[in-house]
Amino acid sequence: MSIANTAHSVVEPSRNTRRLAGSLVVLYAVITMIPLVWIVLTSFKSPDDAISYPPKVFFTPSLEGFCNLFTTRSRQTPEFIRTLGPPQGLCDDIARSRNMVVAGPSNYVPRFVNSLIIAFGSTVLAVALGTLSAYGFSRFRVPLKDDLLFFILSTRMMPPIAVAIPIYLMYRTIGLSDTRLGMILLYTSVNVSLAVWLLKGFIDEIPREYEEAAMIDGYTRFQAFVKVVLPQATTGIAATAIFCLIFAWNEYAFAVLLTSGNAQTAPPFIPIIIGEGGQDWPAVAAGTTLFLVPIVVFTVLLRKHLLRGITFGAVRK
Amino acid sequence: MAQIRVEALDKSFADFHAVKAASFTVEDGQFLCLLGPSGCGKTTTLRMIAGLELPTAGTIRLDGEDVTMNRASARDIAFVFQLFALYPHMNVRRNIGFPLKCEGIGAAEADWRVVEVARILRISHLLDRPVSGLAGGDRQRVALGRAIVRKPKCFLMDEPLGALDTEMREAMIHELRALHDRLGATTVYVTHDQLEAMAMADMIAVMNNGVVEQIASPRDIYDRPASLFVADFIGSPPMNFLPFRGSLQAGAQAVRLGGRDVTVPAAREALPESDLVLGVRPEHVRFSDRGVLRGEVYGSEYLGTTQIVTVTTRYGALKARSPASVSFRTGENVGLDFRPDTLSIFDKTSGRAVRTVLHEGGTHG
Repeated sequence: MSIANTAHSVVEPSRNTRRLAGSLVVLYAVITMIPLVWIVLTSFKSPDDAISYPPKVFFTPSLEGFCNLFTTRSRQTPEFIRTLGPPQGLCDDIARSRNMVVAGPSNYVPRFVNSLIIAFGSTVLAVALGTLSAYGFSRFRVPLKDDLLFFILSTRMMPPIAVAIPIYLMYRTIGLSDTRLGMILLYTSVNVSLAVWLLKGFIDEIPREYEEAAMIDGYTRFQAFVKVVLPQATTGIAATAIFCLIFAWNEYAFAVLLTSGNAQTAPPFIPIIIGEGGQDWPAVAAGTTLFLVPIVVFTVLLRKHLLRGITFGAVRK
Repeated sequence: MAQIRVEALDKSFADFHAVKAASFTVEDGQFLCLLGPSGCGKTTTLRMIAGLELPTAGTIRLDGEDVTMNRASARDIAFVFQLFALYPHMNVRRNIGFPLKCEGIGAAEADWRVVEVARILRISHLLDRPVSGLAGGDRQRVALGRAIVRKPKCFLMDEPLGALDTEMREAMIHELRALHDRLGATTVYVTHDQLEAMAMADMIAVMNNGVVEQIASPRDIYDRPASLFVADFIGSPPMNFLPFRGSLQAGAQAVRLGGRDVTVPAAREALPESDLVLGVRPEHVRFSDRGVLRGEVYGSEYLGTTQIVTVTTRYGALKARSPASVSFRTGENVGLDFRPDTLSIFDKTSGRAVRTVLHEGGTHG
């Protein structure tokens, strides 16, 4: 630390350099934000506005996309619609203006719940297993340690889709296909290798003396692990959890192949919306917008751990 | 508090014999320093006493009880680490109180003990601070607090002052020793710094290459080194060595060095003709025109009250401590003489000190 305080070999950036750097960052942020902003805007457009050319940036907001996302509708004749009572709620009103009536809720909510259960379930499992194995690899003399670690990593070396067919057949045989448990186990097994490697790095950085001190003070190794190692590994655990969650949340290929009804997650469901009654872009955009929310919330909640977590290794105490 | 007895302790790692048949006893209330260069096995020995490493062979007894294979948590000892190992996610109060939580001591009693320990160590005002912002000396005190709060059987310290700056170190040496005297705690203290060991220890065990070379009081270690290594390691500047060939009879009071008789403490054992080494501390070299040895002044280091004069002789460079008031010219031809009652003789092949009358003062020295 003292070196950083006393050495002045690095020139202080000039005002212009700062401005340039600042504007580059802003530019980059704007470029990455455009698709997100576009999706959110589209979700509030009417179907006509969504496909108008040139694209509309200013438009009258409409909740039709969200209504179409959450409901299924059936087309009726205007005569029939006139025989019905007053519209039940906003969505029914919008539907009737298009000569349709709301027939019932769509499958979006159950698919979204599936996504939540599967993604968070597999994240918790992968991080828990990953933390324990990483601690073991970091602290004990494990026979064939390097080979085992390489083997764990090697499971990430092929594209996951390469094993999709065998897994599909296996899952069908043992009755795990289209079950939440099956998807949780699958995502856990993919994520646990990432978790072990990331967390081993973090745990290696925690000096052994902390546990040794705790063990001399009368605690068992497991108690020392829980009371001393875990609190210091929170940064790493948070970062790892976010990486695992993002993978499990976004995963598409396995979800398409292995789920159809019960355990289908949101990613394979959202594209299906396109097909129902014309290309309903606002509904797709609405589904996508809501799909972003859990990751954003989770990341914001863990953000204070994240900065050091993602730059791990670069900053040492 | 307790007596620690280490018997024929051995530790091998995969292809490295770290500790070889180490045996020593630390009496109840004694302060023992394990002193040696890095890699000599002193820390490994300490960690075995603590239960952080298991010995390959040998036994460790605490108050007579064999604890060789006991878990660290079952030994009732306290360990102060070089880098303190203060838990960063706890404040000072919780750090000190951490060992008590596990013993199931009630909150009120634990609180009281933490406050009492903080008072002894003069860190009461820091109790609610996070440990990350503390200065080195304060961290050290918190680490000590965590060690003494439990009133363990003994304290083990692994270079606890190594991370402090010189000034703080000086102060902590006195504080540590005062604390030891106050608590009457059996302490084993590992250091590579001979000044620390000399200043604090009742007994010093000098280790080299996994072997305990000598265990004695600081005075005996200095005046009656048991081996060439100890003689060389202790003292700054170290002892001068004058190699010669000769034999020794029991009772002989002189050795032939370059055709001159040098008076030495009377030998208590006989040695056939062999390679021997005469060991002379720099402060036991006197300048005398009728001395047994002549040489040329090479240079001198001024140290305030004394100076270290380097003289080139036929035995190599010899260092002599002389009052700073005497002045020497570089290149000046001087005669050297040795104070006869303090010389050591070593067998060059084994490195062992030859027994002389000097050793009969024994450890009462």
